[in-house]
Amino acid sequence: MLLEARDIVFGYERGKAVLDGVSLSVEAGGRVALVGPSGCGKSTLARILAGYLKPRSGEALIDGSPLPKRGFCPVQLIYQHPEKALNPRWKLGRALAEAWRPDDRFLEAMGVEKAWLDRYPAELSGGELQRFCVTRALGPETRFVIADEISSMLDVITQAQIWEALLDVAEKRGLGLLAVTHDAELARRVCSRTVRLGDG
Amino acid sequence: MRGLNRRAAAAMTAAAAFALIVAIYAGGALLPDTALAADFSQKGLPPSWAHPFGTDFLGRDMLVRTVKGLSLSLTVGAAASTASALIALAVGMAAAMGRRWVDHGVNWLIDLFMSVPHTVLIILISIALSRGATGLMAGIALTHWVSLARVIRGEALQIRSEQYIAASRRFGRSPLWVARNHVLPHMAPQFLVGLVLLFPHAVMHESGLTFLGFGLPPEQPAIGIILSESMRYISSGALWLAFFPGASLVALVLLIDKLGNTARHLLEPKEAQL
Amino acid sequence: MTNVLEVKNLSLSFRMYDGAFSRRTVRVISNLNVTAREGEVIAVAGSSGSGKSLLAHAILGILPKNASLDGEMAWFGRPLTANLQKRLRGRELALVPQSVTHLDPLIRVGKQISRDKATVARLFDRYHLEAGVARLFPHELSGGMTRRVMISAALAGEPKLVIADEPTPGLSPHLAEHAMKHFREIADSGAAVMLITHDLSLAIRFADRVAVFYAGTTVETAAAADFADTALLRHPYSKALWAAMPQNGFTPTAGAQPYAGDLPEGCLYAPRCGLRSAECAEAPPSRALRGGEVSCFHAS
Repeated sequence: MLLEARDIVFGYERGKAVLDGVSLSVEAGGRVALVGPSGCGKSTLARILAGYLKPRSGEALIDGSPLPKRGFCPVQLIYQHPEKALNPRWKLGRALAEAWRPDDRFLEAMGVEKAWLDRYPAELSGGELQRFCVTRALGPETRFVIADEISSMLDVITQAQIWEALLDVAEKRGLGLLAVTHDAELARRVCSRTVRLGDG
Repeated sequence: MRGLNRRAAAAMTAAAAFALIVAIYAGGALLPDTALAADFSQKGLPPSWAHPFGTDFLGRDMLVRTVKGLSLSLTVGAAASTASALIALAVGMAAAMGRRWVDHGVNWLIDLFMSVPHTVLIILISIALSRGATGLMAGIALTHWVSLARVIRGEALQIRSEQYIAASRRFGRSPLWVARNHVLPHMAPQFLVGLVLLFPHAVMHESGLTFLGFGLPPEQPAIGIILSESMRYISSGALWLAFFPGASLVALVLLIDKLGNTARHLLEPKEAQL
Repeated sequence: MTNVLEVKNLSLSFRMYDGAFSRRTVRVISNLNVTAREGEVIAVAGSSGSGKSLLAHAILGILPKNASLDGEMAWFGRPLTANLQKRLRGRELALVPQSVTHLDPLIRVGKQISRDKATVARLFDRYHLEAGVARLFPHELSGGMTRRVMISAALAGEPKLVIADEPTPGLSPHLAEHAMKHFREIADSGAAVMLITHDLSLAIRFADRVAVFYAGTTVETAAAADFADTALLRHPYSKALWAAMPQNGFTPTAGAQPYAGDLPEGCLYAPRCGLRSAECAEAPPSRALRGGEVSCFHAS
């Protein structure tokens, strides 16, 4: 399987485009880091690849065809701020069932405690919520994971824990990974290839 | 502070206000109509222990009339503000969650309603629907949804732009599912508070229009009728005929307003950690 | 070097609602020790949401009403009372806040920095802001300009201590580096800088000393240079942080920080610690060790 961005042009306003003819591809099992200065459109590209935004021109393709409009999207985006990706009034159990129903073994492997499912997002720490959001994005239909600065707000121990779990699943299932990060050391650890945006 | 903290105190206030409102309603509903029978031996008496609000020129006890009137106002107000709040919820949600043209249409409608004075519109609708209680309620309901609809639209638009909504769509959930499960429950506090705060408006409009002769018919024991009748006797010095019913109406309206604002403090998460 | 601020055994609790109407007390900071010295950048580094910002609020005396504070704070050796805090705040004791929302959106930025035009001009010159910027409103500033305006506002009163609360999230590495250089300069000109951050690698690069913050307490204060090698560090948690950094092995230690409402008795790190022993049921006092400070019975 192949996830591609083909000649993406995107701009919020008329005139200057944030992304101007950007192409990129991630293959199944591939681990690509996306780096670049702030404002270069890394997060925008991530959101286009996950189907959250429509580019002005160009397309996001999975195996040559556009991303499906309905149903579970095979490209899942994980955000920098997990607390924004969760409805504050839903217990985590409901938020998980909204996506898929992992078995107890998977939850344990991801380090998600069953007791969390009975709590509201405000009752857990940022690290725990991010671990939960990573788990939620790893449904059986997920083929590609886009991680947009998922560990930049976490302490280094939690960061290492979450990446260890995520990389383990990605490897077992042959998922493709696109990691948006500003941390060169992290990119070196996690990814096998780096794409630089913004400066040519 | 031990025992009673501010949240508990607010909850007590709300409960007390609610109980008082229920008591007024029940009082009016349970008092027999015979209590309103004319008794010319008691006519035109100023306030006394036997008749705290005095009596009118048919010898009817003004306290009984006032309670009955307030009770009727509460019924009309409850029906009208519930209907109005439901319209607001439906319109606001449709504007926020539907396609763009729906939003444009709703905004146009809101501007239209805002540009015409309330009272004139209520009178027109009420007359068009053959006056009486139904026409009055329809008039109030159809004119008062506007500001709550705006609040709900704004709130729903904000929630619609949340990341967890976008995520939900990517997990394969339909727009309708998202609207029902994520957005609608968020509206509950706004809806409830909006509903209660609409209530005083509805009650005031009911009494006001009835006073002007566009609302409830004269045979109903409405506050508006009492007040317009009393105008005839004010020059003869029977001030109690207007003062007590009028003051009671204002007190009831303030009470409901207090209930609404207390409920808002309790329901709004931002103010939860007082 | 003179101690500008000395915080000793600081504890902070909140009364919170638990369920609908009952209240309980939650301790968010316990036995915290930190010292800010003239000419130095001290970083307080710990994970987000662990109560670091509350330390800043406690020092400035801007805690909410349901907070109760215990321990000692000294300003140039004198007790830092509420009255003194009020007199120092915004002058000798300044905060560089996290976000733009701390600027008044309706007042031109020049006026928010200082009423004295010469001071504004001097600060603008120092931070390479054009004179015209003083007439702009906060929303007209770019991210980098906002940062410099907020630093200027903090420096207008010629502070002895500048507290920067998470100054870098949302900034690109380039801008973050710029911001850190500004703080470095402030310290080099003689003031003390306390940098509160979740970003350990940034703290190590730009601070003189790093106070490692865990579950509401400081487990270790070390020279930034000590993070070059795990053998130089003192506390098991600092060593675990070191091992988890991407450049040092990326090896995570199991477990998570305890919640403020659910802290273990004694040493807060003991449940995750490989060196745990019977003594750890007592809270370890802070002691001097190899030029730093550590709260651990086993550190040597």
